[in-house]
Amino acid sequence: MPIVLESLAKIVFMFLLIMGMVPALIWAERKGAAFIQDRTGPNRAAIGGVRLAGLVHPIADVLKLVFKEDVQPEARHKAFYNLAPWLAMTIAVSSYAVIPFGDFITIAGRKIPLVVADLQVGALYVLAVASLGTYAVVMAGWASNNKFTFLGGIRATAQMISYEISMGLALMGLMMIFSSLRITDIVAGQGDMIFGFLPKWGVVVQPLGFILFITAVFAETNRNPFDLPEGESEIVAGFHLEYSSLKFALFFMAEYCHMVVGAALIASFYFGGYQIPWAPRAVLEANAGGLLTAKLIGVAVAASVFALLFLRRAQKEKNKFNDNRDREPVLGAGLWILVAIGAAGALLLKPWTVGPQGAEMVATVFQISAFVAKVVFFAWLFIWVRWTLPRFRYDQLMHLGWKVMLPLGVANLVVTALVMAFV
Amino acid sequence: MSFEGLPEEATRKKTNFLESIYFVEILKGLAVTGKHLVKNIFATDDMPTMQYPEEKRVYSDRFRGRHRLMQRDDGTPKCVACQMCSTYCPADCIEIVGAEHPDPTIEKYPATFDIDLLRCVFCGLCEEACPCDAIRLDTGIYEIAADSREKFVVDKDFLLNNKTDGTR
Repeated sequence: MPIVLESLAKIVFMFLLIMGMVPALIWAERKGAAFIQDRTGPNRAAIGGVRLAGLVHPIADVLKLVFKEDVQPEARHKAFYNLAPWLAMTIAVSSYAVIPFGDFITIAGRKIPLVVADLQVGALYVLAVASLGTYAVVMAGWASNNKFTFLGGIRATAQMISYEISMGLALMGLMMIFSSLRITDIVAGQGDMIFGFLPKWGVVVQPLGFILFITAVFAETNRNPFDLPEGESEIVAGFHLEYSSLKFALFFMAEYCHMVVGAALIASFYFGGYQIPWAPRAVLEANAGGLLTAKLIGVAVAASVFALLFLRRAQKEKNKFNDNRDREPVLGAGLWILVAIGAAGALLLKPWTVGPQGAEMVATVFQISAFVAKVVFFAWLFIWVRWTLPRFRYDQLMHLGWKVMLPLGVANLVVTALVMAFV
Repeated sequence: MSFEGLPEEATRKKTNFLESIYFVEILKGLAVTGKHLVKNIFATDDMPTMQYPEEKRVYSDRFRGRHRLMQRDDGTPKCVACQMCSTYCPADCIEIVGAEHPDPTIEKYPATFDIDLLRCVFCGLCEEACPCDAIRLDTGIYEIAADSREKFVVDKDFLLNNKTDGTR
């Protein structure tokens, strides 16, 4: 029974992590795109005058989509048309099952690994589920009974076949080096050092593999520059053209879930997952008290700085809008002052005297934070690249997939094998 | 494919090896967009975006906005219903019905004076044609909105709604 509860708790944690990141990513996408293009981005939706720099817009979006009419084409295939968005969402979140988000915690004498399913063939599971994602796209494109959606589905298929191979070849080099398909083993292996100072991250031992893998992940998630299945300029909106209301929202969310999966995979395979470079778990646990104290002091100082900045703005822009929005800086300052007081108050509990149990918790929290930080960075990279690069032309996409990435993947594999055999 | 006869810059540029593997060029592109991002995060107020309903663009005095009808000192329209503006109007958006004026020194006055703002092209020819400076486009109003087509046809009372001394 405890195993079921454990798994449930881990599933809920992972699910909340993803679902919490989706609106944040939508916000980052809009605001980031706007700032990259010298615009201000969303800044109108407000709750009681507080706009949270545009973070209220995703909420308004969801409300709008929930109450919209669900327009469906007459000649659709009913079952597949309705199934496709749910399939997209389910597959998008199911990859997370094998991604470790921390090392382990000990509760009531039991050592609990922080991964939902520690599969022996975790990397294979990832590849399998990643290519399943295309089924949802093809299904949606075909069931909508529309030429443009159908073209989108066909493009998704061809793209998946072309890039799945490079993705597998890139991962194979990594599996050979860590001699395991189990993702927890791969992540644990990346905690080592080579030459005593360089962390043995996947990107260090497999730089070419990393470039191939990240390119293939971009293609798998259908993000720019590989978003041909929904190329607006040629096939309107591609596979999700005939979807509206909540079903469209599901496709939209599935895209961002895919992004988080992609980011988590890149972080786990090539950037050490939850490992903090030069600070293995033993070091973290030994210095837990000092780390916790430093963190609390850091939070208190940062919060005070933010509070001061907000107070200065409140003073300067007292009557900027002459409506509820003028309350914004005052409320912001209040929030940061509360955070600063909270962090400073926690110092009174003498965090530098944590016991062994506490030390383990601190180390785990630091490792999970490292993992989340890496995932957030790579998710941001997806957005950054989208607003930097133009979309590939279809023949260029095929050229890159078959004539460039496939030979490079094979070469990478052969060189890795030779180096491992003779060095 | 041959590009003979085309100017040099119209033909495709040859890429060198570093450019053809994309990678360095992608990093350069990311640097460009990243620079804009960081600049705009720290100097949000310097962005060229205008926060429209709060801030409004200031146009020159010669900007042709919504029309108005000028008034005599007693508040009656200066217009004598000569139909010159409606004749000249390239969009055919002015409709005037003249009537006899009680004052014998003035021949006519407009019983109705309707302008269809949806048809108007704001060319200002009506104000050029007017012999007695009765119609002007100098209000500077460019926010013309309504929720039905009928409401865009404005009448005499609406256009006369300004001061008798000729100020806006």
